[in-house]
Amino acid sequence: MAIYVNKDTKVIVQGITGNAASFHTKQMLEYGTKIVGGTSPGKGGTQVEGVPVFNTVQEAVEKTGATVSIIYVPAPFAADAIMEAVDAELDLVICITEHIPVLDMVKVKRYMEGKKTRLIGPNCPGVITPEECKIGIMPGYIHKKGHVGIVSRSGTLTYEAVHQLTNAGIGQSTAVGIGGDPVNGTNFIDVLKAFNEDPDTHAVIMIGEIGGTAEEEAARWIKDNMTKPVVGFIGGRTAPPGKRMGHAGAIISGGQGTAEEKIRVMKECGIEVAETPAVIGETLIKVLKETNLYEKCKTH
Amino acid sequence: MNIHEYQGKEILKQYGVAVPNGKVAFTVEEAVEAAKQLDSDVYVVKAQIHAGGRGKAGGVKIAKSLDEVRTYASELLGKVLVTHQTGPEGKEVKRLLIEEGCDIQKEYYVGFIVDRVTSRVTLMASSEGGTEIEEVAAKTPDKIFKETIDPLIGLAPYQARRIAYNIGIPDHLINEAVKFLLGLYNVFVEKDCSIAEINPLVVTGDGKVMALDAKLNFDDNALYRHPEILELRDLDEEDPKEIEASKHDLSYISLNGNIGCMVNGAGLAMATMDIIKYHGGEPANFLDVGGGASKEKVTEAFKIILSDPNVKGIFVNIFGGIMKCDVIAEGIVAAAKETSLSVPLVVRLEGTNVHLGKKILEESGLQIVPADSMADGAQKIVNLVNQSVLK
Repeated sequence: MAIYVNKDTKVIVQGITGNAASFHTKQMLEYGTKIVGGTSPGKGGTQVEGVPVFNTVQEAVEKTGATVSIIYVPAPFAADAIMEAVDAELDLVICITEHIPVLDMVKVKRYMEGKKTRLIGPNCPGVITPEECKIGIMPGYIHKKGHVGIVSRSGTLTYEAVHQLTNAGIGQSTAVGIGGDPVNGTNFIDVLKAFNEDPDTHAVIMIGEIGGTAEEEAARWIKDNMTKPVVGFIGGRTAPPGKRMGHAGAIISGGQGTAEEKIRVMKECGIEVAETPAVIGETLIKVLKETNLYEKCKTH
Repeated sequence: MNIHEYQGKEILKQYGVAVPNGKVAFTVEEAVEAAKQLDSDVYVVKAQIHAGGRGKAGGVKIAKSLDEVRTYASELLGKVLVTHQTGPEGKEVKRLLIEEGCDIQKEYYVGFIVDRVTSRVTLMASSEGGTEIEEVAAKTPDKIFKETIDPLIGLAPYQARRIAYNIGIPDHLINEAVKFLLGLYNVFVEKDCSIAEINPLVVTGDGKVMALDAKLNFDDNALYRHPEILELRDLDEEDPKEIEASKHDLSYISLNGNIGCMVNGAGLAMATMDIIKYHGGEPANFLDVGGGASKEKVTEAFKIILSDPNVKGIFVNIFGGIMKCDVIAEGIVAAAKETSLSVPLVVRLEGTNVHLGKKILEESGLQIVPADSMADGAQKIVNLVNQSVLK
């Protein structure tokens, strides 16, 4: 089980001939991900890392039977790449690309209304189901198969949390990076719902940051619906208002989106929040022990 | 990216959005000359800085003669204005906007933003012009009206009309207000704004609907398709260290503390600042070197951190995923040598090739304090900096 992706998932890489894309195609293949094709307009008929390249997503899907795509297309063309994947009726599209203009994403979201495709990202590290399928840019080797789900707006902070868990002998079911942009395809609640329904996930770590109100909404949803324990962390307690902290979406504006407010609401909704990023793993283990889930989550 | 009020008003004019007649002035003489050209006997002298709250800080003056324009222009040019948005250090006034005065009947607020919850552009408006929208939202939320805009349709005239009626624009000026709002929406989408805020929007005694102030911010990610906007950038309004960082594709933000930070990834960079503060220190900056940091980039990052005279120590926190720790370590060693580093340096490396990386640091002969974890590193740098401050 796990969510979104597993060992049978067939994946195509959009923009496969680019530097980062071909590098990560190799990494994903080495991890065991079934990369069955790629696209790059004008390069159809060639190969990258032994993977066939097609001119269009539609052709790639028809020839390979892929259900998921990962996008490395440069920002000016990324919105178009997402729509092409949605039009080809893929189940899941993961967009790694950073710096997509926000109004492009507003149009993409409108275009996706009523369509079957789920978009994860943009500006995200991707999705990994450890020891089965890695679709993204995360270092595969720090992960370990197990029962804790992770959902996060930040890439390296996710690695930090995963690393702490793996070192403590706690494996992960799936880690999902939803990305650091203000307008994205999948939000915390979407992923929490999926983890809630996944019999292989026993607990969840939710990593948020300043900007917007997605963490507050997720916290209220958790309080009303989640049957599994959730541990949280919010980055940016020391961030000054009005400044974008690296991620396009990480900004406190008009007094909204502060870490204090998010942490306050999360605690109010019964979520244990790690005081520092160094104790995310510890905090989870404490909660697992309190809920008698530790033995079930400990990887032997 | 931010621009000045006068630049924003130039853009509005191009889209048929009414603004008072006016002109920018860089000197007192230019200010008087600009006033002479206006067909008015009341002039407004407005300080142009990238911050709100100028009126309350004394940055906006009403002049009733050309002599008064001269007096106010001399007073304001070169003056450091401190508003609630500039921070205590304030900002020096280098440009003025000289405008004709107008007969204000009533002030309103209108603004377009991208709403994260609906993923749509939203028009917000209120009858409470001149007050900050956040304040209105907190005290009298029922006075704020919103229209969510379908990107495929754009702002529909009925939506503009509805909002104009809702905020109480006089009946005979509804059409003027609709024209104003449709024009402002076009500015927002065609110029890739992140904020287009008119506060106040005014109706005048002679039946005009005008933007008395204009705040346009632009989506940095879309600037590649707006060279005309990029030309409006005023480097005097930005932190020189942030400008230098942006040249090297580094994400850097200056803070008030004394511990410099170099981190990969925005989330980890924020969390690193937080953990320094948690252990009793104060971060001097946010710095994300990005995923593909090279030796050169690391060196530039060090130089920028060290150009801040407040920095009394540096904490490098790297979780090398795809980025290899040995490459980072070489960068750190080269940077420390090149900058003849004299403040304590704590390095926490984790991830790919971590042992190789640590070995490079050890064998460098440099005074680098290794850390086993993020918490360990934060504690070490806070202690070292506190010791050096006590000395």
